[in-house]
Amino acid sequence: MKQETPLHRVQGLGAAHSGTGHFWHQRMTAVALVLLGGWFAVVMLGLVGASEASLVGFLARPWNAILMAAFVIVLLYHMMLGLQVVIDDYAHAPGAKIFLMLLMRAFAIAIGAASLFALIHIAAL
Amino acid sequence: MAPQRPRPLSPHITIYRWPVTMATSITHRATGIALSAGTVVLAWWLIAVSNGPEALQDFMALAASPVGLAVLFGFTWSLAFHLLNGIRHLAWDLGYGFSKPVAHKSGVLVFAASLVLAAGIFALALSGHAGYLQ
Repeated sequence: MKQETPLHRVQGLGAAHSGTGHFWHQRMTAVALVLLGGWFAVVMLGLVGASEASLVGFLARPWNAILMAAFVIVLLYHMMLGLQVVIDDYAHAPGAKIFLMLLMRAFAIAIGAASLFALIHIAAL
Repeated sequence: MAPQRPRPLSPHITIYRWPVTMATSITHRATGIALSAGTVVLAWWLIAVSNGPEALQDFMALAASPVGLAVLFGFTWSLAFHLLNGIRHLAWDLGYGFSKPVAHKSGVLVFAASLVLAAGIFALALSGHAGYLQ
């Protein structure tokens, strides 16, 4: 007679293929986004009606560029975690699920690369 | 073999009267998906700023059009709702406010506060009281 629990029989990380990392990362990025999102909202309201020169001047300053880059990166990571859950919930066929997951991550990486390149471009103007 | 009768299904969202907590949950997901589309506009704006005055002018003309303003208001409210309801979720994760009457009240509060916040931001921006950073 085998002395093992059903839990032990689950290989590796089980049917979800991951542990509590997703849950934890979603919460930690949420906390970070309360702060970075608040900063972003105050900044965007402060830049209403700004000329191109003053926008470049603002975004080229090191701390503003760093905070905007951090906001974009944490936002997109939080977005990937959230959209992953949406795809998990609604896409049931394994093929469709993998395709949508790859498409979603490619989208996040493309938006992130474009945003960070624009920020570097602005800082170099 | 005799054809099987369809198996009974458990009741789903179409059958319930919508409690506020259900509405906030669904709205949280919907605003999250909307804000994912909003990242395109954020990247577009950053690229327009980096591409000189003319590129920015084109972007601003679109943003200031009636459709542009409506879309921006949608993103503003979505961010306000997702942020406030996200804080509500974090409070739940810490074990606070999870009883039915409190969750109901905080749900109503989040809906009301997100509308006030988004309307306030637009009122400041359109009345010329914003733009304090330039």
